[in-house]
Amino acid sequence: MTKWEAMRFGALVSVPMMLGNLPFGMIFGSLAVSQGLDPWVPIVMSLVVFAGSAQFVALGLFAVGTPILIIIFTTFIVNLRHLLYSADYMKYVKHLPMAWRAILAFGLTDETYAATKPYFVNGKLDKATGHWAYLGSFLAFYAMWNITTVIGVVAGELIPGMSEWGLEFAMVATFLGIITTYLRTSPYWASFAVAGAAALLLYKLPNNLGMLVAALLGVLAGVLVQHLQARFTAKGDQHA
Amino acid sequence: MPDTLSLILTILGMFVVTFGIRFILYARAHRMQLPVWLEEALAYVPVAVLTAIIMPMILMPNKHLELSWQNPWLLGGLAAFIIGVSLKKPLLTIAVGVLVFFASKFLLA
Repeated sequence: MTKWEAMRFGALVSVPMMLGNLPFGMIFGSLAVSQGLDPWVPIVMSLVVFAGSAQFVALGLFAVGTPILIIIFTTFIVNLRHLLYSADYMKYVKHLPMAWRAILAFGLTDETYAATKPYFVNGKLDKATGHWAYLGSFLAFYAMWNITTVIGVVAGELIPGMSEWGLEFAMVATFLGIITTYLRTSPYWASFAVAGAAALLLYKLPNNLGMLVAALLGVLAGVLVQHLQARFTAKGDQHA
Repeated sequence: MPDTLSLILTILGMFVVTFGIRFILYARAHRMQLPVWLEEALAYVPVAVLTAIIMPMILMPNKHLELSWQNPWLLGGLAAFIIGVSLKKPLLTIAVGVLVFFASKFLLA
C-alpha cells in the first residue's frame, strides 16, 4: 500500500461506524443550542475536545450548573479508557516523530481504534503504512463529527424523532463484527463474558465508570484463563 | 448558563485532560518497554472494552434489562453475534445485524 491507499483504506473501514455516528453529532449540536448555549460552544468543543461521550456528559453538567473543575474531572474519568487504547497502540507509533504522535493521539477515539485494530492484528497494516490508515480513519471521523455538530446547531430542532431511529445500531453491529473475530479461544470468550456481564451489572455507576471497571475485569478474566490454561497444558505434558 | 470565560476554560480543560490521556504513552513510546504481563493483558483490550460499551446498548436500550423478543437491539445484536461467531466475516456480520435490527424495529412498530 502507498500512503494514499492506506489513508483511503483507513477512511473506508470507518464508514459503517460513521453512519452510526451521524445522529450523535447532530443530536449533540441541537441539544447544546436548545439548552441555551451559544452556537460557538458546541462547535468549538467538537473541534477542540473531539470526544463524543464526554461532550454529552459536559452538556448535562452545564445544565445543572456544575463547577468547571468537576466537569473537567468527569471528562477525565469518562475518557480514561483511551489510555488502554494508547497502551496497545504505542508499538505502532513509537518510530514516528513527536508531531505525528501528537496528531494521532488527538484522533484516538473508540471508533478509530475499533476500525483499525483488526487490520493491525491480521497484518494488513504494519509499521510502514499503519499510521497513514490511522490518520485516514481519524480525519474521516473528525470531519464527520464536526460537520454533523454544525448541522445540529443550525437545524436546532432536527427531523423529529431522529434520535429514535436507532442509527447508532450500526456502531453496535460494527463492534460485534470486531469482537466476534477474536472469539476463537477460551481466554477471549472469558474476557467477552465477564466484560459483558459486568457492564450490565455495573451500569448504574456514574460517569461511564461501570464500563471502565467492566472492561478491566474483562481483561483480567482473559489473562486469568490464559494462565490457567497454560498451567493445565504444562501439567498434562508432565503426565504424558 | 455559564459565562463566556468559564465556558472557554471548561473547553480548554476538557481538551487538556482528553489529549493528555491519549498522548502521554505515545510521547514516551520510544523509551518505554511495557512489561510482558501488560503486553499480554493488552491483547484483551479490544474484546473487553468494545463488549463493555455495547452490552448495555443491546440489553438495556431503555435503561432497564429487556430480555425479550420485542427488543430490536437484542434481535439485531443476536443475529450479528451468531453470524460473526460462526463465519468470522465482519462486513457480513455488520450487514446482517443492521438488516435484522431495522426489519424487527419496523415489524414491531
